[in-house]
Amino acid sequence: MKDMKFEYPLEGGDFIKAGYASSSLKKILNQLNLDPDLVRRIAVATYEAEVNVVAHAFRGIMKVLVSPERILIRVEDEGPGIPDIGKAMQEGYSTASDRVREMGFGAGMGLSNIKKNTDKLEIHSELNKGTVLEMTTLIKG
Amino acid sequence: MAFHHALKIQEDVCIGCTHCIKACPTEALRVKDGKARLIEERCVDCGECMRACPVNAIIIEEDDFGRIFQYDYRVALVPSVFIGQFPRNIVTRKIYSGILEEGFTHVYEAEHGSGILIDLINRHLSARPEIRPVISSFCPAIVRLIQVRFPALVNNILPYKAPLDLAEISIRRKLLDEGVPGDKIGVFYVTPCAAKIAAVKSPVGEESSPINGVINMNTLFNRVYTVITREEKGFCIVPEKEQLLPEEMEWTLTGGEARYIHGRCLSVDGIGNAIEFLEKIENDTVGSFDYLEMRACDKSCAGGILSATNRFLVSERLHKRAEQYYIDKNQGKIFNNKTITRYRDYVAGNASIGKVEPRSIMKLDEDMVQAMKKMQKIEKIRNYLPGIDCAACGSPSCRALAEDVVQQRAHTSDCVFVAMKVKGGETMNQVVDYTEKIWGKKRFKNMLPE
Repeated sequence: MKDMKFEYPLEGGDFIKAGYASSSLKKILNQLNLDPDLVRRIAVATYEAEVNVVAHAFRGIMKVLVSPERILIRVEDEGPGIPDIGKAMQEGYSTASDRVREMGFGAGMGLSNIKKNTDKLEIHSELNKGTVLEMTTLIKG
Repeated sequence: MAFHHALKIQEDVCIGCTHCIKACPTEALRVKDGKARLIEERCVDCGECMRACPVNAIIIEEDDFGRIFQYDYRVALVPSVFIGQFPRNIVTRKIYSGILEEGFTHVYEAEHGSGILIDLINRHLSARPEIRPVISSFCPAIVRLIQVRFPALVNNILPYKAPLDLAEISIRRKLLDEGVPGDKIGVFYVTPCAAKIAAVKSPVGEESSPINGVINMNTLFNRVYTVITREEKGFCIVPEKEQLLPEEMEWTLTGGEARYIHGRCLSVDGIGNAIEFLEKIENDTVGSFDYLEMRACDKSCAGGILSATNRFLVSERLHKRAEQYYIDKNQGKIFNNKTITRYRDYVAGNASIGKVEPRSIMKLDEDMVQAMKKMQKIEKIRNYLPGIDCAACGSPSCRALAEDVVQQRAHTSDCVFVAMKVKGGETMNQVVDYTEKIWGKKRFKNMLPE
């Protein structure tokens, strides 16, 4: 059985399109008959990751690898990077600009929300270069 | 599992076009042998196909009106939008009289059951703060839409019956308490839409409905309007036995529920709008709401498919009726002795529904590995389909055709473009002949030159 790959380009600053990638992925996972709650958790995590790229980075890409055992999602962006990952993981901590906050984003729940909704989260970040998020969700059953 | 659908395609009337298959929000229709066909498990009874059909080939099957006479006590359970069908110069009492003139012995408005729901909903919201948003169970098309397209949200559905069911419980109890034998009571719901029929004939979260039959609202409207405009001898105007409260009169209009529920509530009407919003709720992208009122029809029940009058006029009449209530009350003309108030505890005790089961129509296969294989095949087929979604294959879109092929409901060569390209060298005429199995024999005969 070949694993399936999907890729979704992300555009920094485009809040209108934010949600497109997570919504498309959700449709695919529903077709694969994954548990609805698992699909919901992945949808929430990917949406948060998508908004992070839109709010903070210039551009990015979401790469999804679907296998019968796990869903691996890698979100890579070109952007400012995260200076202090430990701080960024805290609920309520945010470096989002006022403009972003005015639009209802940037509440500082993003990364902790992603962590809550995935089985494994790895973050690699380089200042002034970009961030890579790797989220793994295991499929039980 | 069998589904009762009130929507029926009349084969002799259906001209086999693409309007309904394109309009269906769950892609439940296909064209085969020149006729529209329903994939039963996908249909949510919203009635969009009926609105789209250019030749009125889709009808709503109702119970024979004569069936009411099998019972000695014949209750017409009418929705308040029924009153809104009539011009404003025809008073409510006259409409009630018309219903009795047509053979019913009792008239009871279905929204008598909504006042009690306000309390039940608010109590549910405080008792279950972990479930948000709670989604109204009022519109059966929305409940079914969530089951098939938003399975992750089934637990958000309010676990209570709709007002019409609560009204039925109280009026039946009242008659039983008056000493009427149970088998002599026939409660007939007058429905503004197909979804409510499906809800009565195959309810979600219940074994069966106690309602004895369903009459289409436009059928009763024609009968009642005829009899009251004729004003035949012996026609007497009866008093309204029980007054609906203003909040009950407006319950089935957009905003009718949300207005009385605590917390952050939103009203969404129209099935396309509901789908868009449910997507956002499922992805958790619109913030937190306490309660969502959702109705499949534009302007809610005023826009029901069996409404004989324009939805804006229906809403206007109901709003005016609610205003009139306050005027009458100030003049001391309201004497309320509501049946449902007397049976409040009994009705509340019987208001719960069982678990609403998800039944996803999106899954390609029960088994994930098989589903992945099918998805890969679908992608492959999609790649060589033209992507113009013309529906000439009888499926609503190229993607739907690719899925139908993989699920063995169609052939790739049902696509006229594939037929021309792949079959190589065939003339357009041959290809057109080839599509006869989708669009019917001799469908294209007039196209050929003499």
